Amino acid sequence: MNKEAAKTPSKKAINGAEALIKCLEGFGVEYIWGLSGGAAIPIFDALVGSKIKLILTRHEQGATHMADGYARVTGKPGVVLVTSGPGATNTVTGILTAMMDSVPMIVLTGQTITSMLGKDAFQEADISGITMPVVKHSYLVKNTNDIPRIVKEAWHICQTGRPGPVLIDLPKDITSAPFSGDSLDPEMDIPGYKKDTPSPHKADIVKMAKFFKGKKKPLLLVGHGAVLSNAGAAIKKLAEKLGAPVTNTLLGKGEFPETHPLSLGMLGMHGTAYANKALINCDLILSIGSRWDDRINGNNNEFCVNAKKLHIDVDFSEINKIVKPDAWVVGQAREVVEELVKLVDPLDTADWLKELEYYKKEFPLKYSKTNGLTAQQVIDTCYKVTQGRAIVSTDVGQHQMWAAQFYLSDKGNYWLSSGGAGTMGYGFPAAVGAQFAAPKDLVVAIVGDGGFQMTLYELSTVFIHKLPVKVLIIDNKYLGMVRQWQELFFDNRLSGVDLEGNPDFVKLAEAYGVKGFHMDKPENCESVMRDAMNYKGPCVIHAEVIKEDNVFPMIPAGKSAFHMIVEKPTTKMEKPSGST
Amino acid sequence: MDTLPLHTISVLVANKPGVLVRIALVFARRGYNINSLVVSPTINPKFSRMTITAKGDLETLEQIIKNVNKLIDVIHCEEHPANTVEKELALLKTKASPAVKAFVAKNARKFHVRIDDASEGCYIIEQTGTTLELDEFEALIKKYGVLEMIRTGKILITRGQEKT
Ligand SMILES: Cc1ncc(C[n+]2csc(CCOP(=O)(O)OP(=O)(O)O)c2C)c(N)n1
Ligand SMILES: [Mg+2]
Repeated sequence: MNKEAAKTPSKKAINGAEALIKCLEGFGVEYIWGLSGGAAIPIFDALVGSKIKLILTRHEQGATHMADGYARVTGKPGVVLVTSGPGATNTVTGILTAMMDSVPMIVLTGQTITSMLGKDAFQEADISGITMPVVKHSYLVKNTNDIPRIVKEAWHICQTGRPGPVLIDLPKDITSAPFSGDSLDPEMDIPGYKKDTPSPHKADIVKMAKFFKGKKKPLLLVGHGAVLSNAGAAIKKLAEKLGAPVTNTLLGKGEFPETHPLSLGMLGMHGTAYANKALINCDLILSIGSRWDDRINGNNNEFCVNAKKLHIDVDFSEINKIVKPDAWVVGQAREVVEELVKLVDPLDTADWLKELEYYKKEFPLKYSKTNGLTAQQVIDTCYKVTQGRAIVSTDVGQHQMWAAQFYLSDKGNYWLSSGGAGTMGYGFPAAVGAQFAAPKDLVVAIVGDGGFQMTLYELSTVFIHKLPVKVLIIDNKYLGMVRQWQELFFDNRLSGVDLEGNPDFVKLAEAYGVKGFHMDKPENCESVMRDAMNYKGPCVIHAEVIKEDNVFPMIPAGKSAFHMIVEKPTTKMEKPSGST
Repeated sequence: MDTLPLHTISVLVANKPGVLVRIALVFARRGYNINSLVVSPTINPKFSRMTITAKGDLETLEQIIKNVNKLIDVIHCEEHPANTVEKELALLKTKASPAVKAFVAKNARKFHVRIDDASEGCYIIEQTGTTLELDEFEALIKKYGVLEMIRTGKILITRGQEKT
């Protein structure tokens, strides 16, 4: 029950926009990120004097990623408000990013007046049509009195079951018209939505537990679903009881501490060699809220062929989608794992752990400190200087993979990265959203020179709101990840990857009123990092690193973990068959 | 495409705008071709029934049904087993001729056909039956020359107590 809203005196006449904002206030919304425009003016008007803080961004994409970052850290929906037409279409990338990574978000878009819909009115875009494949749900509001019900439904839908973005398109005449509904807290009308809290079937868990019996080489795979349901404590119990090693996806980082002796770190395309060896050799794998994404399962025919596959997912449509599991349970990861722990017995995994220990020694993550400053050293140093305590948000590319490898995470919700969509430009604004969510925490954005330039204008937002975000730019003067592919698979025929001529990032930061640091040598890396991390306000650390480095280990797209390489092969590699 | 099995999928939906588009997107994205689609009211004005026939492999069908079920405005969606009564209606336009008239009269019982209209030298023949019966009759009457044909697409309802 939305108490706050319900007790709002309704004597004074309010319009649709005011009803909307009152509802959001009632849900405890703290921030709205957005950028104004004609069709949305009534809503911006309703925000004047509201206790919700409006954060004006410099671009609508920035607003969506900030809302996303806020949502990932708090677990509460992030709210975005933009105008119609181009304002609305600028949110599409951010909506896709949230959808692919199951992030709760509400996007409010202004729209032309109802009577002009479909007539190519100025700044009309069919945004609910455009976004239909990338939202969990959406609404085009046709009646002012429907606003409270729709907002309540959206609020509920976006954060229950498998979370995701919900878009509400609000024609200007609808937000301007007087609200004459009975209540700001009406009944929801979503008879088709019964999936808010699927309770796991006990029988399914019992069946799953039986598969553990007598296994010698179990492996637990922790995905984003585990983070979203706070399954960490339960997973730790399960792993320790079974004596089972744990690996995590890019988005599962931290929910099971990566510093735990049973942790193998991230698996997959650029995962650790030992995690991928475990994947090849295990006799049982349990996915806890991971969807067997193609970054970890490049080739289904060769995936864990000798292992029993078990799958826990809150979303029934993930079962059987990629992997055909031997047993599965639909439900929240935490709830299921808590039950599962009670039903399994400790396993004899001493030999298995010894084998993996051998791989850890044989194929550790490593980098050179003698051939110039490397991205790995910068990130490793950042990890050490911050004692692994920062909320880390990454952009997309080589630096993202190195960050995943070297910035170990010990807490869920402390790692933000665009995993499913792989959205360049995500890292910095998401860090800004995270800093709004956790003002006292140290927030570090680890970004590439390419991706940072896609959304760097939000330095204004950081400056204006005095957000002490640290932006660590890994400047290799390349769209590095694509360059790596061209080097390895396309005869080093570089095409469209050269970023030589980058701006002076320190001066750029200063132009925005943000402090700039610079490093380009292995020797000064740590001292600069210390100064920057201890700096009180926002700052940019421009790390000029060696240009032509590659991320290893690597499993070529479309291949199974058998084909992992730990260093650059001397023979020519065939072009990858996987998607990207 | 033609060797793939034809499936009949029944979807109960909330009567909300855009629900048809959302369902169509689930099919289109996975390369499923919709052969026929019927949207019709139910006894409860809040809900509509969609009956869809589509061709494709079983594995994709499982994905489609699960993803349609995930849509907020879908109450439930399932592929229909055999225990149903299914019907479809066709209207065929032919040249009016004694031969056609005789052929329709001869097949009236077997194929549930009758001539609905005769004007300006044309007949409109109406047929109700299963999709298979409609296909069969169409093949037979073709030799008299069919000028136009339109079919409603299949609808079905489960037998006995079970709800569709
Ligand atoms: C919006 C967007 N465009 C293109 C890509 C394809 N892409 C993936 S990684 C990458 C290179 C990123 O370069 P940079 O930000 O400098 O990071 P680096 O790989 O050099 O660390 C590109 C272009 C993408 N992921 N997102
Ligand atoms: Mg780069």
